[in-house]
Amino acid sequence: MIDWIQIFSNAAQELISPTTAAYALAALGLAIHFGYTGLLNFGQAGFMALGAYGFAISTLTFGFPVWASVLVGIGASIVFALILGIPTLRLRADYLAIVTIAAAEILRLIFTTNTFDDVTGSASGLQGYKGGIAAMNPIPDGTYGFGPFTYNAYDWWIRILGWTVVILAALFTWSIMRSPWGRVIKGIREDEDAVRALGKNVYSYKMQSLILGGVFGTLAGMIFIMPRAVVPANYQTSLTFFIYAILLLGGAATILGPIVGSMIFWVLLSFFSGFMARAVEAGWLPFMTQVQAGQLRFILVGVAIMLLVVFRPQGIFGNKKELSFVR
Amino acid sequence: MESTQSVRPHSRGRWLILLGLLVSALTLSGIAASPAMADEGGTDSQAEEFEYFFSGNVKYNDEPLEGVSIAVSGNGFEAETETDENGQWTLGVPEKEAYELTLDEDTLPEGVIVEDGQSTIDAEFGLTKRKSVNFFLGEGQRVTTDYGAQVLIRVVNGLNFGLLLALAAIGLSLIFGTTGLSNFAHAEMITFGALMMLTFSNMLGLPVWLAILIAIALSAGLGWTLDAGLWKPLRKRGVGLIPLMIVSIGLSLALRYTFQFFYGGSTRQLPGATLPREIVLGPILLSWIDVASMATSVIVLLAVAYFLLRTRIGKATRAVSDNSPLAAASGIDVDRVIRIVWVLGGALAGLSGILWAYFRPGVSWDMGFQILLLVFAAVTLGGLGTAFGALVGSLIVGLFIEVSTLWLPSDMKYVGALLVLILVLLFRPQGILGRRERIG
Repeated sequence: MIDWIQIFSNAAQELISPTTAAYALAALGLAIHFGYTGLLNFGQAGFMALGAYGFAISTLTFGFPVWASVLVGIGASIVFALILGIPTLRLRADYLAIVTIAAAEILRLIFTTNTFDDVTGSASGLQGYKGGIAAMNPIPDGTYGFGPFTYNAYDWWIRILGWTVVILAALFTWSIMRSPWGRVIKGIREDEDAVRALGKNVYSYKMQSLILGGVFGTLAGMIFIMPRAVVPANYQTSLTFFIYAILLLGGAATILGPIVGSMIFWVLLSFFSGFMARAVEAGWLPFMTQVQAGQLRFILVGVAIMLLVVFRPQGIFGNKKELSFVR
Repeated sequence: MESTQSVRPHSRGRWLILLGLLVSALTLSGIAASPAMADEGGTDSQAEEFEYFFSGNVKYNDEPLEGVSIAVSGNGFEAETETDENGQWTLGVPEKEAYELTLDEDTLPEGVIVEDGQSTIDAEFGLTKRKSVNFFLGEGQRVTTDYGAQVLIRVVNGLNFGLLLALAAIGLSLIFGTTGLSNFAHAEMITFGALMMLTFSNMLGLPVWLAILIAIALSAGLGWTLDAGLWKPLRKRGVGLIPLMIVSIGLSLALRYTFQFFYGGSTRQLPGATLPREIVLGPILLSWIDVASMATSVIVLLAVAYFLLRTRIGKATRAVSDNSPLAAASGIDVDRVIRIVWVLGGALAGLSGILWAYFRPGVSWDMGFQILLLVFAAVTLGGLGTAFGALVGSLIVGLFIEVSTLWLPSDMKYVGALLVLILVLLFRPQGILGRRERIG
C-alpha cells in the first residue's frame, strides 16, 4: 500500500527547505543575468561552488569568523565574474555561454583533484564548517513546529537565515530593476546598440549585472551547504541546468518567478520521486527498478525544459510583452 | 625491452595485477593469485609494537616480489619495511590516523613499475585496526630519464584523441554553421553510437565490423530523426537561437538519463578493448585498436573533406553555412542541406563515440557528456562554424590534453584545455581559422 501521507509530507517540507531557498536565490541571480540583461551564464554552478568552498575553506583552513568567510566567498565570485566577463562580454552571447560553462567545470575539477587535497578535501569534500553559524543561533535548543514542518533549532535557524537572504535579495532586485540602472539593463537586453547610441557604457553595465547575479549565486552556494557537506560532485553542469529549469518555470524576467519556480520545482520533484519509489515498491510498475524510478525525474526535468521553452517561454509569472528571450 | 613504457590510465593490454591482502575479497580472482593471509601471525617485529597495521602483498604477474621497500610516514611517525619471500609486508603505526605509504620503485625488478605513478598512497583506517594497501604494478619502465620518448608517446596518444574529437567536432561545427544552433545534445549523439555498438556486438553477438556499421547507420538515423522530429518544426515556428540552445540542453538531459535508465550506470567494455599493445614503433607501443582507430579517423576525415570541397551537395553545405538566405536565393534547398548535415553529424558523432569508447576505454551512459566541453573547445578554437577549423582545433585540444599530463596531474588534464579555450577567446575570439565578421 502506498503511504500517501509520507509522500505529501516529504513534498511539503521542500516548500521551505534551505535547498529550495538556495536554488531560488541562484535562480534569482540567473534572472538578473539571463532574464533582465540577456547574458547567457551557464556557470552558475561555478559561482555556487565558490560560495560553498570560499566559506568552508576560510572557516576550516584559515579559521575566519562567519562574516569574513562570507566576504571571502563574495570576493572570490567578484574576481571570477571579472575573469569571465572581461574576455567575453564584448562578444556574441553564445561565447559567454561556452566560457562560463568551461570555467565552472575548471573550478569543479580544481576542487576535485587530489593535488589540493589538504585544502579542498578533493572528491570527498569538506565538512565541519557550520560551528560559526550554529553559534549565532538565537533559538533555544528544542524541537518546534507542526505537522511536516517540525525541526530542531539549527534546522529552523538555517531556514530562517536562508529565506531572509532570499527575501532581501528579491526586494533589492525589485528596487534596482525599477531604477534607472534597471532600465538601462533591460534596454541592453532589448537592443544593445540603441543603448550604446544613448551614450551608455554597455560593457560596464553588463559587467555589473554579471557580478551582481554571480554574488547572488555565491550566497546561494553558502545557503546550499548549511544542511549538507561540501561535495564537489554537487557542482556539475547539471546544477546550472536545473537552475535554468527553475528560472524558465517561474519566468525569466520576473522577481517572484525564480522563488515560486524553485518551490514548485522541488515540491513536484519530491512528490514525483516519492510517488515513483513507492509505486515501484508496491509493485505497480513491475518493469522498473527503484534505481530506474529515481532516474525518471531527471528525464522529466529535461523534457520540462524543452516544453517550457517551446510552449511557454515567459514562464508562469512572465509577461509575454516583456521579451522572455534575447533574440 | 627498450620499447617498454610507463603505463597510461587508458592503455589497453596492461597488466593489472592486483596485489594485496584482501585480494580474495576483490573480484579479480581471474588475474590475481590467491595470496595467503599474510600477517595472521605478524611476522614483522614491528607488528608487535603497535596496535594498528598497514599490510599488503606485492606480486607481479603472480610472482611474489621479495625485498621491495615500503615506507610509511605521517603524524610525526616514519617507518620502513621490506617484503618477505612471499611478497608480504606489514607496517605497524601508533595511531589510527591517515598515513602516506610509499613503494620505492628502485627496489622493483627491471621493467616493473607502479601503475599511473601511484607509488605513494594515502591510506586511512576504516573500522578495523588493519588496513590493506594495494600497489598496482604494471609492465613498464620508469622513464624519468627519457623525456623525449615520453613526449613522443603523449603526442601519439594526443593525435589519436584529437582525431576522434575531430569527428564529433566537425559535425557540431557543420550544424552550428548551417543552423546557428549550439547543440548540447551532441554529447548524447556521441554516447548513442557507443551504446548501439555495445548493444549489437556484446548483447546481440554480431561481428564487430557489422556492429560498427549498424551503430553508425543508427546514429545517422538519430540525426535524421532529431532534425525531422524536433529541430525542423522548431525552425518553422521561428524559435530563436538561444531558446533552441536551451531546448538542446533539455534534450541532452532527457536523453542522457534515458540512456542511464536503459543501460544502467556501469561501464562496459567493447569487444577487443583489452587487446595487448604489440605494435612497436620506437618507444611507442600501440594495439591494433589504436592503429585502426587513427586510420579510420583519418580516412573518414578525408572523405568529409572531399565531400565538402568537391561534391555539389558539399559545396551547397558550405554555401548555406556562409550565408543561408543567399544560398536559398540561388536555388539551394536549405532544408535538404540541413537534413544532410544532421545525418552526417549524427553518423560522425556515432563513430566518434565508438572510438572514444575504445580510447577511454569503456562504454557508459555519460561518456559523451564527459568530452562535450572539449568538443566545444575544439570548435571554438578552430572558429565557430568552420569545418576545417574544427579539425585543427580538435588536434590542438587532443595534443594539449595528452602532452600537458607531463606537467599536470592526470585528474587536472582537462583544466589546461579549458583554460586555453578562455585564453583564445581573449586574444583571438574568432578562432584560428574563423573570420572576424562571425563574432558580431
